[in-house]
Amino acid sequence: MLRRHFLLASAALFALPAHAQTAWETVLAEAKGQTVYWHAWGGDPKINDFIAWVGEQAQARHGVAVAHVKLASTADAVTQVLAERDAGITTGGAVDLIWINGENFAAMKDAGLLFGPFATGLPNWGLVDVAGKPAVVTDFTLPTDGYESPWAMAQLVFEYDAARLPQPPQTLAALKDWIIANPGRFTYPQPPDYLGTTFLKQVAYGTLADPSVLQMPVDDASYAAKVAPMWAWLDQITPALWRAGKAYPQNEPALGQLLADAEVDFGFAFNPGRASAEIAAGHLPDTMRTFTLEGGTIGNASFVAIPFNAAHQAGAQVVANLLLDPEVQARAQDPNVLGFQTVLNLSSLDTSSRARFDALDLGVATLAPADLGPALLEPHASWMVRIAQDWIERYGVAQ
Amino acid sequence: MIMAGLLRQAPRITLALLTVPVLAGLAGTVIPAFANDAKGIQALLQWPGLPRAAGISLVTGLGSAALSLAITLLPVASLWGTRAFAAVQHLLAPLLSVPHAAAALGLAFLIAPSGWIARVLSPWATGWTQPPDLLLLNDPFGLALTLGLVAKEVPFLFLMALAALPQTDAARRMQVAQSLGAGRVASFAVSVLPSLYRQLRLPFYAVLAYSMTAVEMAMILGPTRPYTLSAQVVIWMADPQLTGRATAAAGALVQVGLVLGALGLWHLAERLAKSALIGLAHRGMRGQGADGPANVIAALLGGLIGGGLVFGLAGLALWSFAGLWSFPDAVPASLNLNTWTRAAPDLAQTATLTLGIAALATLLALALVLACLEAEHRFDLVPGAGALWVLYLPLLVPQVAFLPGVQVAALRAGMAGHWLAVAAAHLVFVLPYLFLSLAPAYRAWDRRIAVAGAALGATPARVFWHLRLPMLLRPVLTASAVGLAVSVGQYLPTLLVGGGRVETLTTEAVALASGGNRRLIGAYALLQMLLPALGFACALLLPAWAFRHRRGMAVAA
Amino acid sequence: MSGPLHLQDLRVTRDGQPIVALNLTVGPGEVLTIMGPSGAGKSTALAAILGTLAPAFRLSGHIVLAGRDITALPPHLRRVGLLFQDDVLFPHLSVGGNLAFALPPDIKGRAARTARIAAALQAADLSGFADCDPATLSGGQRARVALLRTLLAAPCALLLDEPFSRLDADLRAQVRGFVLDRIRREGLPAILVTHDAEDARAAAGRVVTPLGLPLAP
Repeated sequence: MLRRHFLLASAALFALPAHAQTAWETVLAEAKGQTVYWHAWGGDPKINDFIAWVGEQAQARHGVAVAHVKLASTADAVTQVLAERDAGITTGGAVDLIWINGENFAAMKDAGLLFGPFATGLPNWGLVDVAGKPAVVTDFTLPTDGYESPWAMAQLVFEYDAARLPQPPQTLAALKDWIIANPGRFTYPQPPDYLGTTFLKQVAYGTLADPSVLQMPVDDASYAAKVAPMWAWLDQITPALWRAGKAYPQNEPALGQLLADAEVDFGFAFNPGRASAEIAAGHLPDTMRTFTLEGGTIGNASFVAIPFNAAHQAGAQVVANLLLDPEVQARAQDPNVLGFQTVLNLSSLDTSSRARFDALDLGVATLAPADLGPALLEPHASWMVRIAQDWIERYGVAQ
Repeated sequence: MIMAGLLRQAPRITLALLTVPVLAGLAGTVIPAFANDAKGIQALLQWPGLPRAAGISLVTGLGSAALSLAITLLPVASLWGTRAFAAVQHLLAPLLSVPHAAAALGLAFLIAPSGWIARVLSPWATGWTQPPDLLLLNDPFGLALTLGLVAKEVPFLFLMALAALPQTDAARRMQVAQSLGAGRVASFAVSVLPSLYRQLRLPFYAVLAYSMTAVEMAMILGPTRPYTLSAQVVIWMADPQLTGRATAAAGALVQVGLVLGALGLWHLAERLAKSALIGLAHRGMRGQGADGPANVIAALLGGLIGGGLVFGLAGLALWSFAGLWSFPDAVPASLNLNTWTRAAPDLAQTATLTLGIAALATLLALALVLACLEAEHRFDLVPGAGALWVLYLPLLVPQVAFLPGVQVAALRAGMAGHWLAVAAAHLVFVLPYLFLSLAPAYRAWDRRIAVAGAALGATPARVFWHLRLPMLLRPVLTASAVGLAVSVGQYLPTLLVGGGRVETLTTEAVALASGGNRRLIGAYALLQMLLPALGFACALLLPAWAFRHRRGMAVAA
Repeated sequence: MSGPLHLQDLRVTRDGQPIVALNLTVGPGEVLTIMGPSGAGKSTALAAILGTLAPAFRLSGHIVLAGRDITALPPHLRRVGLLFQDDVLFPHLSVGGNLAFALPPDIKGRAARTARIAAALQAADLSGFADCDPATLSGGQRARVALLRTLLAAPCALLLDEPFSRLDADLRAQVRGFVLDRIRREGLPAILVTHDAEDARAAAGRVVTPLGLPLAP
């Protein structure tokens, strides 16, 4: 698998086979003049601005227009494609490109709702750091098989105000002690919210006797015994949580708001540059800092996928390829723009492209890539479903 | 002759327009609940949160609806006919179009432990340097949710009460009752309330149904362990697993059942209240002592609700200009225009589309409503009770229970994703509200004017265009403004029928609300109020200007 | 276009009960008075002649006006004028606008129509009132404008629905004189509905009940 990618990558870098080039040129020609409806979560104006900028680039470079369909939830786009399939619409669908990963991708791939494989055929695929960032081809342990193309790396980081909390705990055990000693000052988004479940998975990584079982599907027979230490950890902190665990924030932005309002002392985010970007925008005090736990935190990639019935599949591929362009990737990593980590292998870039990344000032609260620590792979999707379900039964219904 | 034939059919066409999408959509949504050996229903029954979620939906729905009714009726009883009362009407109207999400976020920011009230009082009065750990929002009993629902529904019920009052002959009845020695509030309860309530009943049922199925508000203010059934249904709908949709359909079905159950319960309460009222009247209740406390309570409740809504939105408006605004600062550390300049290009385009959809839906609805009412007048048609229920159908059936079916139908017809399709979907919701606001004035119009016109040789069409319509300019424009406001505030129909491609201020605002960005939500909420407010301003100023020399057309106090 | 108003076996029933039964002719310039207590069918008789009966009523017989059978015609084609108990002036139009509404469309041209209205106002001692708001007029002035409006529509007959009952005593005699005088001058057949014996005496014509029984004036 990796070997094939490596070959493809080298080929793309040094000498694109003649037939590939013509195939891509066909795509480019077909894409010209198309409008790509990119369905992407619209809850963050910075991301919206970035998508608008990508649209300008696509227009200028390839004559492809991008219309950002702002979603409240990625699942809305999945629902749309499903509704179209149920209505018998197999061509000319409304969704051209989806910002996707995890269970949404798994559901669409499983139901045969995706176009592809296309990602490995993109001209910029060769720049992607497949070896160094395995998450770009393994989405929650599910091989992407070229049905989605990565465009940003994310890793869980904790955020705190150094003015209020000079020495944040660096291990899960220390975090537990801190929470119990400071009741009402810590919480996490309510599972099955994605970030909330990620926190549970992080706890699982830190408490399970053998975390490697997380890379395999849940085994019903041994499940209860294996996760018992995780529930024990949670049982201990729950009475000391914000609102004594009687209410939870809904999602990542809600948790961010609690941090900004000083209702809690910790936030966490999947974007290591979020805190710096919020400071730059004047939304958080400049005493905010980030840290990761010893032993690493969970990391994953954001992808784009194309529905099987998309009206503008050529245009969508052009945009997917453009997202892997070094200039676009460097812009995404700029904390004043997004602060997303790149998916590219910096050592494979030419000098001028490399310089774009080197010139970035990552911001006062962002850890240097070396300080981020290891990015732990996402557990198998079945763990997420099972843990979220059990959480609801244990804590999600008031007793 | 063809026109006359069409006019005669107008009520039938309109009723079909309201029933077909709702019933077809309902069928399209409910069938998946029973598909695959009723897997959806099984999954729903296995969900441990079901009893509590259903209970919370029932309690918050009934509680907030009953409270809204009480808060609407008290000021009507104690203030009706005063000048302040007329002013309130115009202040309330724009609040109708405030989307539930914005109202909820505004309220949340006001009352949260880190909210505006706490900030203003901290640390000098409270000693808080960081927010206290108090469970004010998302409380397990749904109190915050109830408060939010009340704040949003009172303006609607109040406007409906205002529209219904002229037909109750309230002024004379109150005079008679008061001359018999009864206090103001007691007079109202005995002489006006029964006929006023008869007119308010269906709007109230709509409020009850809406409160039980509200989604955005339940997610922001409601309990989370578990969510209310309505919020959980939408969460299931968004579940990428295919089974989630079947569970959602089953949940929607339970919601319909719950709404029917609540309506039944309320109907029982109506009968009890009726016999109690008759009892009071028989015992010759004068209740003069009730007026003082009632006035105080009316002012207090009205102030609380109005204040909560207005200050909540003002807080959001301030956020839209805020730089860093940390606890416990009462105002932002700095103000800037970043949010507005960032949003401006999007805003202009989105506002135009929003207005276009709203204008089209309102015009169509207005044409249909006028045709219905005119047909009723010309052909002496007497609308049955059934017709009124049909009118309320789109407001009584939970939106999540029939809109997904409508979405699939729109897709099959190849109409989804076009703004015209969205306008058509809005029509289903705009029409009832427009009808409800216009019908009382239309029916109350002095029929002798029509006879006088005919006796002067004017055709029915000439009477309509030259006498009736100009004389009803004010209610027609007010009803149109209500229609405009309703259209601007639509979320689910826009999202589902628009396929995500039709972006209105409300879909944008709700998408932003999911990100919790108070600054941008503030900007959008302001604009969402501005569009309908312009409509209401037109409804107020245009007739005043056109009839500035016509004393006979002045607003009756 | 003037001529007598024939009510030929005009019968109105509701649920089989007779409410109106008239078989008579009103000559040009004559004022027939229909008297009776409230609810006796006076207004029903007027509605039958105007063509505005509610569907619950059943009508038989014929109404012939100036040689035309108008029984089946819609109200606006009957050319039957009406004066109400109140003046029922259109509140959104000026005095001139109220009159212009009544003026038949065959009088063409803005100047001609304005002149016609001015002349009518002058004849009623109301010159210069064309641009006035009807709501600012006195009771007597309003009653006169209402009559002018009715006459400008060039009716072939006139129905008077207790047109004087809301006026106070002084004004009442004055307006009544003005109205009856104009009817006689125009030579219109007229039917006056009233429960006031004084109105009936001033009308100086036959007096009947809605069921056609003669009464002493």
